[in-house]
Amino acid sequence: MSALASHFSYAVTIFLLVAGLFIIIARGNLIKKMVGLSIFQTSVFLLYIVPGKLVGGTAPIVAPGFQVYSNPLPHVLILTAIVVGVATLALGLALAVRVHEAYGTIEEDEILERDAAS
Amino acid sequence: MMVVAVVALARSRNLFAVVVLAGAYSFLMATVLVALDAVDVAMTEAAVGAGISTVLFLGALYLCRSEEAKPAHRPLIPFALAVSTGALLVYGSLGLPDFSDPQAPIHTHVAPRYLNDGPQETGVPNVVTAVLASYRGFDTFGETTVVFTAGVGVIVLLRRRRKDKNKES
Repeated sequence: MSALASHFSYAVTIFLLVAGLFIIIARGNLIKKMVGLSIFQTSVFLLYIVPGKLVGGTAPIVAPGFQVYSNPLPHVLILTAIVVGVATLALGLALAVRVHEAYGTIEEDEILERDAAS
Repeated sequence: MMVVAVVALARSRNLFAVVVLAGAYSFLMATVLVALDAVDVAMTEAAVGAGISTVLFLGALYLCRSEEAKPAHRPLIPFALAVSTGALLVYGSLGLPDFSDPQAPIHTHVAPRYLNDGPQETGVPNVVTAVLASYRGFDTFGETTVVFTAGVGVIVLLRRRRKDKNKES
């Protein structure tokens, strides 16, 4: 029981990760795949941020009267990851738009059919 | 609530609804991050995840079709693969330290130095800003390079199409 309580955050993270992975693999629509990828990404954010939290601590802004702070290092890493994530997202969506121009569709099955036909 | 949003997102076939749900999901994630004391990250997630990402998705939807096709077969293999990955990860997470354990390795190595000496060395009370801009400035520079490269890629991808259109007309 205590193991369940102390590892609940990991369970949430893993559920989000699995959901994102499932959307990426199972859905043929390229934009839906990008949504799945961003869910996968947020689960990784949680994976980093959650261990840095200390119960009873505050945000890592040093001020008199506070002794316990959450770990600032994962916050820094994830700030970078969010920005890089939106860059990859923009690039992926641009590719999807380009595929739509070339094939007239963003469904994976129809693209493969068209490739097989030509 | 986040779980509900994700499940609805996976099932919905109208891409517009999917994008709006993804925005709501990002805001929920931002509130969770506030609860986890990561205020800087939460602010960025709300601005970037719920703001810019949604705008990008809507732009892409405007240029493409906004209805998803019905899948031809039931997604059994992906489901099995995802579930087995999840089971493996659960097994792996059992070896991780407990939630909010002050003796966990993450709290004993580098972070205390930043928290103790950071404000004196940089003069910035916000330790996240101090690390980001001062100690790890080169990382931030690399990040800007990544964003620049992505921007160049997007422009190259979308400019070619305008030229083609000009040729056709």
